[in-house]
Amino acid sequence: MSSPILKLIAQRIALGILLLLAVSVLIFAGTQILPGDVAQAILGQSATPESLANLREQLGLNDPAYIRYFRWLGGVLTGDLGTAMSSGQDIATSIKGRLWNTLFLAFWAAIVAVPLAIILGLIAVRYRNGWVDKLISGLALASTSFPEFFIGYVLVYFFAVKWQIFPGISTVYDGMPFGERMQAIALPATALTLVVLAHMMRMTRAAILNVMQSAYVETAELKGLSAFNVIRKHAFPNAIAPIINVVMLNLAYLIVGVVVVEVIFVYPGMGQYLVDHVTKRDVPVVQAVGLIFAAVYIGLNIIADIAAIVANPRLRHPK
Amino acid sequence: MSNELEFLSRRVASGKLSRRDFLGRAAALGVTATFANSLLSGAARAAGPVKGGTLKAGLVGGESTNSLDPALFMTQVPFAFGKMWGEMIVELSPEGKLENRIAEEIGSSDDAKVWTLKIRDGVEFHNGKTVTAEDVAATLERHSDEKSKSGALGYMKGIETIKASGKEVVLTLKEPNADLPYLLSDYHLIVQPNGGKDKADAGISAGPYKVTTNEPGVRHGGERFANYWQGDKMGHADQIEIIVINDATARTAALQGGQVNMINRVEPKIVDLIKRVPGVTIRNHSGPGHYVFIMHCNTAPFDNNDLRMALKLAIDREEMLNKVLRGYGSLGNDFPINAAYPLFTEIEQRKYDPDKAKFHYKKSGHDGSILLRTSDVAFPGAVDAAQLFQQSAAKAGITLEVKREPGDGYWSEVWNKQPFCASYWGGRSTQDQMYSTAYLSTADWNDTRFKRPDFDKMVLAARAELDEAKRKAMYHDMAVMVRDEGGLILPMFNQFIDATGAKVDGWVDDPHQELMNGYALAKCWLQA
Repeated sequence: MSSPILKLIAQRIALGILLLLAVSVLIFAGTQILPGDVAQAILGQSATPESLANLREQLGLNDPAYIRYFRWLGGVLTGDLGTAMSSGQDIATSIKGRLWNTLFLAFWAAIVAVPLAIILGLIAVRYRNGWVDKLISGLALASTSFPEFFIGYVLVYFFAVKWQIFPGISTVYDGMPFGERMQAIALPATALTLVVLAHMMRMTRAAILNVMQSAYVETAELKGLSAFNVIRKHAFPNAIAPIINVVMLNLAYLIVGVVVVEVIFVYPGMGQYLVDHVTKRDVPVVQAVGLIFAAVYIGLNIIADIAAIVANPRLRHPK
Repeated sequence: MSNELEFLSRRVASGKLSRRDFLGRAAALGVTATFANSLLSGAARAAGPVKGGTLKAGLVGGESTNSLDPALFMTQVPFAFGKMWGEMIVELSPEGKLENRIAEEIGSSDDAKVWTLKIRDGVEFHNGKTVTAEDVAATLERHSDEKSKSGALGYMKGIETIKASGKEVVLTLKEPNADLPYLLSDYHLIVQPNGGKDKADAGISAGPYKVTTNEPGVRHGGERFANYWQGDKMGHADQIEIIVINDATARTAALQGGQVNMINRVEPKIVDLIKRVPGVTIRNHSGPGHYVFIMHCNTAPFDNNDLRMALKLAIDREEMLNKVLRGYGSLGNDFPINAAYPLFTEIEQRKYDPDKAKFHYKKSGHDGSILLRTSDVAFPGAVDAAQLFQQSAAKAGITLEVKREPGDGYWSEVWNKQPFCASYWGGRSTQDQMYSTAYLSTADWNDTRFKRPDFDKMVLAARAELDEAKRKAMYHDMAVMVRDEGGLILPMFNQFIDATGAKVDGWVDDPHQELMNGYALAKCWLQA
């Protein structure tokens, strides 16, 4: 490892942190623009001017916005995410379980989706423009084009209602046996896989095809390597950077974009937690969740960047 | 014939004959399926509840922001779970009578100002302590504290002093109120050790189930409380579980897939489809909830009674009931009371009459279009309902302009602020509560701005009246006044539509709230 690489990595991380700060300001501003405030949202139709005033005072909503922002930021930096305004529970504790659930689901969806997408991509390249290629691309594109909730409902209809193989609601809890947990997440993980599959598959296919046009691939073919070996040994390593990029983007999606799937399958992850608190104007929670989502997104992008640098000899050995 | 059917139904109840065989025999005897089914459930009830097993409910109306503090209960899941672990001072029976729980006896002075609650002996909290008069008094004190955010604060403020002495709690009211026992059946008033003053969200009371799991917005679970004071009536399943399923399709699928035994809020438009699923029973029954369009009586152009009357006559209630609720409801008559309330009197039904509407509209002298605000959250189908209203009004020569507002912020920015909008009411347990909450001049939620000193006097007089016949007449007069002069357009009362899966028995319709007033998990059982 040479120092330019370390410098590049350090730069990326610093940029990421700056970006996170900017995002936290944006999120805070966004929650301020929403109509009504948390006191009103908590009390809903039952709000009386009197109870509103009581609650506002109790929640410290009468301070100016910037003071509330910095108070919160200070807490985050010391590892204290504060307490949820609406229920009075400690945010860090409630988020921990939820985040774990989301990661668990994303992990298993990724374990299935990533190798499957790449292998399908490779197969598509091997039989490019033939019926296999067209079938794979067609099915993958179709599954991506359907909205998640549609795929979710179709899965529920067949697997949970008609054949009753898997449960239609994926409620998981602490201390649930691993086997049951896997059974519970089977359907949401499948739905997620179908949603992210095509993007990665198409990118793999395009990136490798791009490389396949180059002279060294022709050489490899001429020296008598089989088609798969050409792809595996020569084309794939050179196409890896864009593939990693798209894989990381999709991994980020698996974590931050699962709101709809979580709601359909009643999966207790971050998405549902966020939605519940947005409707209650629970600023600390919304901010914490938003920040975690942003951190995941930025983090995975940094990893993609670094992996691309490491995978690219030209960036690894700059002139 | 009926003897044979009864014999057969008893055989089913005791497990000697399958349900399908029974229905076949019944059909052979020329009995309709509905009647045969009702006979069957009657027999099962008579055979007595079956103990054991786990009952699960999949419910809409739970958020990760929920708390176990009864004062903060707002939505369906905390409400239903509260009925599992909590015990009330007094409760409403499915027949609308008062059912004494922790209070063994309730008596009042002749002027309905001083009330005495006699506390039942030997009722035990989940933590092993015995429920005392002090606990009951402390509970009431906590909910009447101005600083508390209790949903019951509104009527608790009417209590001047609360005193516990020996086995009795004595309540002195600021104004006489003949309805006090009904107010005490409010679902927020769960009796807690020391009134919950030590730890409001501890989840400890004297209900049929002890809290074992509490994951807000995900699931809540309980196990049977062995020392529950009336274990023969409630708490048949060993465990109960509530799974929060806010998505309507997921909820239905969970019931069909057998993952839950009952669900709430089946959408009217899919009821007919669900009915056909084997094993699933739709449990629909009417309650006091209603869907409304509200006009501010003090804001132009709605300050003119002729215009209000024109709009009331320009709405086609029957069409709305059939199209929006698919018939799962009953016609409204522009006052907020129906047969779900004690002391209800029928009043002549107002009908769609474009000609009369035209007449009143002309008389009002109003010109131009009228803005009606609506939203999906106002009530299910509120946008469609507003459009139906627009069309029926157009036939009377009244132009309504329908504006669809975002659901987010509807309750803070539109309802109770804008002069004409769609909304809903869940209803209350007594007429006095309903009128005091939304029709007194001083009420915060007077969402029609119906401010009439003469009406206020009638409310107070009726509240203090202990003679039922006189009270009934007073409520009739008040209803007529709201109907003919108020700002309320009430096209329909909605029904609660719940559904149960196979083997669930012991269901009794309860007009007060969905899921047998929240008690379904405790009062139902699984057939062996």
